[in-house]
Amino acid sequence: MSQTISERIISKHANQAVSAGDIAIVDVDAVMATDATAPFAIKAFKEMGGEKVWNKEKVFLVIDHASPAPNERVANLHKLMRNFAKEQGIKLYDVGAGICHQLMVENAHVRPGDLFLGADSHTPTYGSLGSFAVGVGSTDLAGVLLTGKTWLKVPKSILINIEGEIPAGVSAKDIILFLVEKMGAEGAVYEAIELSGSAVESMTLASRMVLSNMVAEMGAKAGLVNTKGLKLDYPFEHQLVDPNANYREIFTYDISNIRPQIAQPHAPDNVLPIDKIIGKKVDAAFIGSCTNSRLEDLHIAAEILRGRKVAVRLLIAPASKAIFDTALQDGTIQTLTEAGATFITSGCGPCVGTHLGVPGDDEVVISSTNRNFQGRMGNPRAGVFLASPAVVAAAAVAGEIIDPEKL
Amino acid sequence: MNITGKAHVYLVDNIDTDRIIPGKYTKTLDISSLAEHVLEDLDPDFSTTVRNGDLLVAGSNFGCGSSREQAPIALKAAGVSAVVAKSFARIFFRNAINIGLLVIEAPEHQIQNGASLSIDLENGLVESDGQTWAATKMPQVMMDILNAGGLVNLLKKDGGYNK
Ligand code: SF4
Repeated sequence: MSQTISERIISKHANQAVSAGDIAIVDVDAVMATDATAPFAIKAFKEMGGEKVWNKEKVFLVIDHASPAPNERVANLHKLMRNFAKEQGIKLYDVGAGICHQLMVENAHVRPGDLFLGADSHTPTYGSLGSFAVGVGSTDLAGVLLTGKTWLKVPKSILINIEGEIPAGVSAKDIILFLVEKMGAEGAVYEAIELSGSAVESMTLASRMVLSNMVAEMGAKAGLVNTKGLKLDYPFEHQLVDPNANYREIFTYDISNIRPQIAQPHAPDNVLPIDKIIGKKVDAAFIGSCTNSRLEDLHIAAEILRGRKVAVRLLIAPASKAIFDTALQDGTIQTLTEAGATFITSGCGPCVGTHLGVPGDDEVVISSTNRNFQGRMGNPRAGVFLASPAVVAAAAVAGEIIDPEKL
Repeated sequence: MNITGKAHVYLVDNIDTDRIIPGKYTKTLDISSLAEHVLEDLDPDFSTTVRNGDLLVAGSNFGCGSSREQAPIALKAAGVSAVVAKSFARIFFRNAINIGLLVIEAPEHQIQNGASLSIDLENGLVESDGQTWAATKMPQVMMDILNAGGLVNLLKKDGGYNK
């Protein structure tokens, strides 16, 4: 019988055939928690009577949300994580290593066909390589630390075919913003999204990660990208979309003629094509987050900023130290700093509003991140516009939203 | 399980976790400090007017956004005994059950602010001002967790999931 990718992966991990709507107890391949969620998870694990985690090779902790620690309270939570990692013998990525989602993929802690649980809502990012990866809270995660298992409801799936050739100046970010607008913030609540189509097949892993990252903004539980055309530097089993599977709905979009897209405050689905917002003044720009701060994003920004100067403050937080190091070697960092960009620690940075780069009242920020809820960057009186790295870099130079091609 | 209390109604859709508890307050294990700031960007007076046992009522997709468990924890710590919404975001819903905060999905409700509100969990009913609305029934796993008072208690007692 035809199954969706989610049904196939969950069936394998439940040791029985399941379909949408079933409740299954599943074996979990690996888990991840950050400094925003690990402290509560550790507390809950101890309260459950936990002594040793079920498998120390399969638990990953990352300090990225408020890193380096901005105050003593956070410093003590980081310390708690370090102590727990040491006592349990588990891998901890400390200050500066990078953003949790980048690190899990970069270090192959998650692989195609895996069932992965992350205590962060953008865990679906790993659907980019055909993993059923879902976000959970701290207590759910603690349950896995104790038992290696969790329960879940097999989601219904929606298939989105993205067809056509990607136009010049348009990136995966524009495509996903376009889709978030079409689907809406509640477009896929409790459901999984599978992404397929000719436009996807030609994409790099980094671009595929942008797509699956932002399925969270449609309320989806997981976002699996058809692995056709995917290249990884280790052998893997492809996770392919089966169009005959039982999808709740199938959408097909031709993206051959779309323009760069921008989400306006205060919702990621409040999206317009760039042409409708040209000339909007900005006070600050940010290139970072698990959505858009990988090498290809820094390269695009450097191309736009080469030989130019920024008109407003531009912060850049590369997704990982490995990316920073490569960009340092290939000259990208120099190009960007010469243009006036300021580099900050690899980690979440201003994305989440707990430290670093909080905007002032009535200030407007253009950002390559995935969320612009009111208060998201730490100030409810600021407005955040979401866009691709190209559009953010161009706005930093012009001091206003501008078509990068017209700079 | 039955609960009755006063309803605080915010008939807004997509109340995200940043509005339930802003990210800047979440970096703590101190639960009472979370209660102080609960819903402050939505209604600055909420934390001072809410009384122990009151119920929160909202529109659809309540709790969307981040996976922060501090959101249901903050509501529970502020004294909220249950949240009734037209629908919930998935992670928030799971988190709430896991920490023992009652959440009920009543897609058609028209609950009025300040009214007395009753919930009948077993039968999936929500009642206020003489009107009754159907609520989505919960799967058995979730009922087991709620009856144990949360996932911590359930796993502490059983050491694993019963099947
Ligand atoms: S970069 Fe932003 S969206 Fe991504 S994990 Fe960090 S806080 Fe969350």
